[in-house]
Amino acid sequence: MFRHFFTLQWKSFWRSASLTSGLFMKLFMGFWALWFAIMFTVAGMTVYEFIKERLHLDPLETINKFLIYWWVFDLIFRYVLQKMPIVNSTPLLLLPFSKNKIVCFALAKTVFSFFNLIHAFFFIPFSLILASNGYPAIDILLWLIALIALIYSNNFLNILLNKKDKLVFFVAVLLILSATLQYFEYFDSTVYTSLFFKSFYSTPFMVFVPILTLLVLILVSFTSFAKQLYLDAGVKTKYRTVKTENLAWLDRFGRTAIFLKNDVKLIKRNKRARSTILVSFLFLFYGLLFFTGTFKSYDNPVWTIFAAIFVTGGFLLSFGQFVPSWDSAYYPLMMSQNIKYKEYLSSKWWLMVIATLFSTLLASGYLYFGWDVYLAILVTSIYNIGVNSHIVLWAGAYVKTPIDLTSHKKAFGDKQAFNTKTLMLSLPKMVLPMLLYAVGYYLYSPNAGYILVAVVGIAGFAFKDKVFNIIERIYKSEKYKTLSAYKQKN
Amino acid sequence: MINIHKLSKVYTGKTVLEIDHLYIEKGSNFGLVGNNGAGKTTLFSALLDLIQPTTGYIENNTVKVSESEDWKSRTSAFIDETFLIGYLTAEEYFYFIGELRGQSKADVDTLLFKYDDFFHGEILGQNKYLRDLSKGNQKKVGIIAALIGNPEVIVLDEPFANLDPTTQIRLKKIIKNLAANPEITILVSSHDLMHVTEVCQRIVVLDKGEVVKDLATSQQTLKELEAYFTK
Repeated sequence: MFRHFFTLQWKSFWRSASLTSGLFMKLFMGFWALWFAIMFTVAGMTVYEFIKERLHLDPLETINKFLIYWWVFDLIFRYVLQKMPIVNSTPLLLLPFSKNKIVCFALAKTVFSFFNLIHAFFFIPFSLILASNGYPAIDILLWLIALIALIYSNNFLNILLNKKDKLVFFVAVLLILSATLQYFEYFDSTVYTSLFFKSFYSTPFMVFVPILTLLVLILVSFTSFAKQLYLDAGVKTKYRTVKTENLAWLDRFGRTAIFLKNDVKLIKRNKRARSTILVSFLFLFYGLLFFTGTFKSYDNPVWTIFAAIFVTGGFLLSFGQFVPSWDSAYYPLMMSQNIKYKEYLSSKWWLMVIATLFSTLLASGYLYFGWDVYLAILVTSIYNIGVNSHIVLWAGAYVKTPIDLTSHKKAFGDKQAFNTKTLMLSLPKMVLPMLLYAVGYYLYSPNAGYILVAVVGIAGFAFKDKVFNIIERIYKSEKYKTLSAYKQKN
Repeated sequence: MINIHKLSKVYTGKTVLEIDHLYIEKGSNFGLVGNNGAGKTTLFSALLDLIQPTTGYIENNTVKVSESEDWKSRTSAFIDETFLIGYLTAEEYFYFIGELRGQSKADVDTLLFKYDDFFHGEILGQNKYLRDLSKGNQKKVGIIAALIGNPEVIVLDEPFANLDPTTQIRLKKIIKNLAANPEITILVSSHDLMHVTEVCQRIVVLDKGEVVKDLATSQQTLKELEAYFTK
């Protein structure tokens, strides 16, 4: 029976329309997977030495302390990135497969996901080194088994959590809050949680807690999946009543408002588009890694600019790179209407500008780290609006990946924006402002660096029309290719 | 109005469309029939400049469709669901198309009111996104949206498919009414011979991309078509 499922999966992989065009991307992903595996292995082998010799702490205790973050972060990471176990089940329902088999297969598939296996690359070498350093092997083994059970619990939790955005958001906020409190030494929650992780090691029977949890989660996800295997339950999409919206207040934008109103609805009503808002919110905190001096290698003025670009540019980068792919589902409509490309583009441009300004406002929290840090954010915000907004739209013109608006997975991991042209165009987004700043900083003074970045950002406005003309030409010359690429769903 | 000249389309060595010459008069009511793969949708897509012909060209009111965009404001079409915006409600979609075609909200409302019985109370005020409507109701939305903005050329690909019997009859009436206007040229494709013969003044049969029959509709046309497709 499983043989049939495997052949179906195999064919759906190799015969998918996007495979040939996405082969480069598959290799790219493979490379990253390999890279992560190697990095995790290296970390697993060296972290013992590092904690013991450099920090003079007990390695196992220290790791236990951070395990709660690792576990919650893993869950959030999965929620955003890991794909749901979907078997194209509708045609199978009528065939003589037992429903349990279908569910079994769908769930079993997730067990071999990269998101589960990657952890082994860290924890197995780490455990081996612990054991070879005189920690009792049996206890370490129990600890390891408990961790594996926790990882797989995450795997099934993620399946159950599917579509519960608010809950996951809440957990993420909790995580950030607790990390902040710990950092500023107000309250250290890891003191309590590390006891829990330590107990796997010190109290043998504790290993049954995560194992039982895992078993319960498997059972629950199995039954909830099996229940959804009716056409009117899980397989068919559910309807929600919605209200017609006018958004007349946007009419002040003139002709651009026609598209602006649509784009606002696009973001409000589609999961995939909404995730760009989440991304930009998360990027707001990206600067914390740099400005708090957590990583020594980033403690460099030029890297500050790099971080600052992401702080205000999260939306710009994640939304802009998929213009016009956001409209891929109805591109033939757009192409057969008399559309002024400039109005279409400037609607997207305004959205990015507004989001960037808003992020800049929110980022005023960085004033805590001093004026200097916020100044960096301000000038890069100008650069983002003046230069990056144009470059992002320009690069997007070469992206021909149709976007399935209704699915919210794969927000980052799409084969998307990666082709040589877009990679080339991403250089001026990051590298140019860093270079500009470095030139001003090292030749004259830090403030000269800021001024240089800001001036180039303002100068970028002058090229708006020119860039829009270029993009319009690309849209026109690539029209047929784009249309046929968007037709290939999958 | 529509002038097709030495048009052909080849996909990886396979010719799917080859029309030496076809002229469609202004104000005519033109029907296209043929089996699956005959090239009906390909022809309409080329007419809307959505695919690039391998050779030849199509002129819409003496404007070559691939060279200028002047024809777009005079032409409207509903080919398939890629002409709908799934995350809008029907009203929002109509107003959006209206704005693109330079129509005020009141203009659109007047038009919608006119076709109220065609909607059969299943489209307006439903509080549903288009993607959540049934196939038939989506089609109703697409067809009426194609009438917004006083187009002179209306292209409808298989408008009768997926519609319930009542709506099919109403649609036939709508098309006949439009055809009575000498300013409006309608192009319709269908698998249903009866509908086409009833609605269209001229019927062209496509087979493997070529024009095999070009008939002015008369009493005999249905029989002739049935005879052709029986063999």
